[in-house]
This record gives sequence, structure tokens and C-alpha cells, in this order.
Amino acid sequence: MKIHVYEKGFLAAGLVVLIGCMSALAYASFGRHIHLPGVAGQVDPRNLSNTPPFDQPGVREVAPGQYEVVVIGRYWSFTPAQVRVPAGADITFIATSADVLHGFNIEGTRLNMMLIPGQISRNTYRFDEPGEYLLICHEYCGIGHHTMAGRVIVEAAATGATTTGERNPGS
Amino acid sequence: MAALTPIVADPSGYQLPVMQRRILRYTIYIGYLALTAGVFHGLANALGYAGVSILGWFPALQNYYQGLTAHGVANVLIFTFSFSNAFLPLMTARALSRPLSSGLLWASFAALVLGNVLAIYAVVSNQASVLFTSYAPLQAHWSYYLGLALVVVSTWLALANMLVMVRGWRRDHPGQRTPLLAYMSLASYLMWLLASVPIAVEFLVFLLPWSLGLRETVDPLLTRTLFWFTGHAIVYAWLLPAYISWYALIPRQVGGAMISDSYTRIVFILFLLLSIPTGFHHQYTDPGISTGMKAAHGFLTFGVFFPSLATAFSVIAALEIGGRRRGGRGLLGWFWRLPWGDPSVAAQLLAMLTFVLGGATGLVNASYTMNQVIHNTTWVPGHFHMTVGTAVALTLMGIAYWLIPFLTERQLWSRKLALASSWIYTIGVLVFARGMISGGLEGMPRRTFMAEATYSSPDWVLPGIITGVGGSMMFVGVMLFFIVVGMTVIAGRRTGAPVDIPVSGTLSPPARSGWEPSLDRLGLWVIVAIVLILIAYAPFFLSYEPNAVSPGFRLF
Repeated sequence: MKIHVYEKGFLAAGLVVLIGCMSALAYASFGRHIHLPGVAGQVDPRNLSNTPPFDQPGVREVAPGQYEVVVIGRYWSFTPAQVRVPAGADITFIATSADVLHGFNIEGTRLNMMLIPGQISRNTYRFDEPGEYLLICHEYCGIGHHTMAGRVIVEAAATGATTTGERNPGS
Repeated sequence: MAALTPIVADPSGYQLPVMQRRILRYTIYIGYLALTAGVFHGLANALGYAGVSILGWFPALQNYYQGLTAHGVANVLIFTFSFSNAFLPLMTARALSRPLSSGLLWASFAALVLGNVLAIYAVVSNQASVLFTSYAPLQAHWSYYLGLALVVVSTWLALANMLVMVRGWRRDHPGQRTPLLAYMSLASYLMWLLASVPIAVEFLVFLLPWSLGLRETVDPLLTRTLFWFTGHAIVYAWLLPAYISWYALIPRQVGGAMISDSYTRIVFILFLLLSIPTGFHHQYTDPGISTGMKAAHGFLTFGVFFPSLATAFSVIAALEIGGRRRGGRGLLGWFWRLPWGDPSVAAQLLAMLTFVLGGATGLVNASYTMNQVIHNTTWVPGHFHMTVGTAVALTLMGIAYWLIPFLTERQLWSRKLALASSWIYTIGVLVFARGMISGGLEGMPRRTFMAEATYSSPDWVLPGIITGVGGSMMFVGVMLFFIVVGMTVIAGRRTGAPVDIPVSGTLSPPARSGWEPSLDRLGLWVIVAIVLILIAYAPFFLSYEPNAVSPGFRLF
């Protein structure tokens, strides 16, 4: 089989581009510690009110500068609908669904997770800028889907000691 | 130029029996009708992002998501597979100069019609407003799952028909290479056969019994994973028939030539091998799947980009030969000399150009952590309206401009209107995608009735308006297409003599000895593909603990 020299060049250039893309992704993940949600346990969606941590949805400080936010998606609202967290802290969102598939997307951040009944979604983020962030369900969950939203209010840290550093710390 | 090597057994022509041609014609009609029916709610979706609700114009419609379900089912399932069910067996029959099996042809057609009737009943009666992805635990009426399963069965029967033909031809022609056009057609649906097994399991083992009350609960992550096990390869099942036109037919239509027989076969084998073990890149943001599995599928997704790069070179080279023979000069002069006045060619050239942007945005989707920026935002429909929505849909529209005259023995009704349709559609989709993609980068959610959403963002206003404008143009483009095809069927001038399918030839012929004949052993390549699929999916299925916790919900 003859392969034309231009064709070899084209395919080689294509391979270089693809390898370049993959290297950039590897760097983002391992070098800059930007991660996807992974395996974080299972849960029975019919029994959330008796299953920690979903028996107490909301914000809690687990260590100095480290917070957990527990959220439940159910048609067509988030519980709690509004949370307050400090800027500059590591916030770990732990979420699941009580009924059908939902989405969990916080505007202007890379926090973007599916909420699947039976599975626990978990990801960590640090908000550098205080302000109000829209939380929306971005997976179809029935005819009221477009009414399902919440709010994350990021408050300036009390100590005022936040330093600018890595935007996305290791989770 | 050297003489071209035919890619069919008999270049002088072949006509199918009249009855078989008629069934293929009706199958094709189902596809183009589904395209036309589906875009009505496409218009409603696009305008919804512009803040305009036109649902009141659709009196039969009970809610937005019922229409969105119809849009997805009609445009990416019924349209594409009805077309392929007719097109691929037709190409195989032409390549081998053999008739189809009438029994299998009828069976495939009957399964497609019955599947359509069941699915349409469920969707129209608002008992299946679950969107075409059918994610459990939203539960549809059993007729929806059974109907779509029958559509899949119809594709298997079409494949069986091609297998019977190819086996018969090989038996009669021992030692000969399988004609390339038949090879490409068969490889396309063999890939789809492997790809369709998980969705068949999802529907027949889990969702159908669950909707009938025979199963109380299902596992939403497991069924979703089965869906995406099929769900990425399905886009290649839509794309490969378009590639067959680009590789094998368009060169003839522009006066060019296919480059290489073996190279084309290798590209189709790569699609057979690499299309399927990539599904987790649709589930990057899912819980319950390890980041290692997600990364592995991410790398494989970049791998399947490679045969599309190879296709770009081959197809453009074939076009360049045509353009230069028509007097084109210089680096790009050949491009303007292509027969842009031929509506079938113009539609497919525009489809190819748009596909460049579709492919590039697809790489962003596949880009692992970067996916978190755009997952489930309007970026994604912005992307796929340039791939399946243009590279495939507009190519299939372009094919209609010779295929409908071929099947009806009537001339195309209006070349000018056909040309206008393609240009309006293409400009429309580029505007539409610009709106959806920029909105998606600002987090505008897909599959959401924005006209009545209780939240909004100032960043979504302009992208939404652009989306509405572009979507309206796309709608006009498809309506013009429908008028052209409809009028051709009803009022096209009858052509006296039967025409032939525009089949090209290759510059470098298939080798009769050495390693290249082993490319024809598709059974062997199917086994290699199965091994790759097992490597890519076994770690998940072996380690996953099923969690069947979900009864059905009907929230529509």
C-alpha cells in the first residue's frame, strides 16, 4: 500500500496535535490538581433522612479552613436551597439525588456533577471571589426542571487572610 | 490520469428488482419525514433560548419536554437509522450486483414501522417525555422502550441482509477481494451491531420489564452506563453512512477519484475497533465511576479522532483531483471550481466544512477535566448540531438530491431551492452553534425551557438570541428541503432511462496478495473489536456493585 508523502506528513502532524492535547490534559490533572468526581460511595435514595451525612444537609466546618457542604437534589429543588461558605477555604460538596437524575452546576466554576440516585457525588473547590453563585440543575428531571436552582453565597473570609495561590487545590 | 479501479463488481450498472426498490424508497421516506417532523420542536427549542415560547402553536403538545423528546427521537434515531437501513443495503447490492433478500427486507421494514408506531404513540400521548437518552428512573410507557428496541432490531435485520449478500458473493467469487463499496457498508453496520448490544440489554433486560411492572427497581448508574456504552459509538453509526458518500460517491460527483482502496478499508477498520470503547467520556462528571476509567476512555476518544483526520486528508485529496480537472489552479483555486451548482455536492461540501468545527468542539468535550466547564451546557448541543446535525444531516439531505430521483425515476424538482436550502441551513447552524457555544461557556444549561426558567443570567441573553436566530434559519432550510423532496416525489418530471448511483473508482487498487487481503476478514476484526471493548469496560463491570434502588418516576 502506497501512502503519499503529504499524507504521511498530515497524519504525523495530526498525531503530534493529539499527543499535545493529551499531554496538556495530563498536566492539568496531575500538575495542577484539577480533578473529576470519582467513586465516593453508594447510598439508598429512599432512606436519606437516616443516612449520614445526608440526614443533615448543609454546611459544616470539618477542619480549620475546610468545609463540607451536603446537598440533596429532589424534584424540583435543592436542599438546602442556599448555602453560605467563606472565600478562600476548601469546600467539599457532597451531594446525591433522592429521586431521579439531577445536575449540579455552579455558575462560573468547574463544579459540575451529575446527581444519580444510589451514588454519592463529591468534588472540592476553593472560591476566591466573594459573591452570589447560581446553582442549577442541568439534567432534565421532569416538567419542572427549569425551576430547579439554588444559590451559593461566598462571603469574604472573616480573617481576611486569604492569599492568592493555587486556584484549585488538591482534593 | 491512470485508469481508476472500480469499487463495485460491475461498473456498468445494476438495478434492483422493482419491489425491493420500492421498500427501500418507503424506508427512506420514513427517515426524511422524521427529519422534517422533528425540526418543528427544534425551532421551539431554539426560540426558547431566545426567551420566546411558541408552544401554543402546537396544540397537541402538552409540555416542552414532550416536544424535546420528539425532537431527539425523530432526528437522531428515526431519521438516521431509517436512512441507513435503506442506504447501506442499497450500496451493498449495487457493489455486488446482487438482489437483496426480500424476506429480510420486508422484516426490517416491518420492524421499523412497528417500532415507529409504538414509539410515536408513547411520545404523542405524553407517556414517554424522558428525552431520547431515556435516563432511568424517569419511566416511560412500555411501548416507548419496545418501539425503540424494534427500531434497533430493524437495523440488525438490515445488517443480516447485507451479510447474506456478501457471503453469497464471496462463495461465488473465491479468492477475490470484496468490492470496496460493499465492504464499507458492511463494516459500518457491523460496528453498529457491536455498539447496539448494550442499549438492547438496557432496554430489554432492565427498562422494558421495569415499565411493565415485572421489575420493581433499576440501577440508574448501571442503565445510564449501558446507554453511553452504545451512546458514543452510535454517533459513528450515524456518521459512517455519510463517510461512505464522502469517500465513494462524492469523488465521482465532482469528477475526482478515491485515493486508495486499502487506506479506506483501514480507516473503516479503525472505526470498527475504536468507536465503542470510549463511552465514559460522556460520564466524566458522573459519580460511581473511577477517574482511572474515565481517563482511559478519554485517551481512547482521542484515538478515534485519528481515523477522522485520515478521512479529512483522503476526502480533500479526492476533491482536489476533481477541482483541478475542472480547471482549478493554485493552492486553493481548485476548491472554487468544484461543482457548487450541483445541490447534492454543495450540501455535502458545506456539511464537510461545518464538520471541521464540529470535530474541534468535540475534542473539547473529550478533554477530561475541561469537560467540567461545558458538561450539560448548551455547548454540547452547539457541538453536535455541527456533527450529527450538519455533517450527517446535511450530507443525508445532499444524498437525497440524487437518491430520491434515483428511487422515483423523477428529476429533482428545483435545483435552486435545493441549493438555497443547504446554504440557509449551513449559515443557520453556524449562527446557532455560535450562540449555543458561547452560552455554554457561560453555563447556560442544555435541555432546559429557558423561556420559563425561574433563574437567568445576563451572560445568556445575547447567546440565547443568536441561538434563536440561527435555529430559525435551520428550520427554514429543512422546510425548503422537504418541499423540494416532496415536490420531486409528486411532481418531478419523469426520467425515461434508469440512472445509476454515482460510484467512484480508486487510484491505487486493492492488492491481491500480501497482507492486504486480510483487511477483508471482517469477522476477525470484529473479534479484535470485542477484545478491545472488554478491556475498556470489564474493569468497571467487574468491580461495580449494582445498586438497584429506583422505582419509576413519571414527572411529566
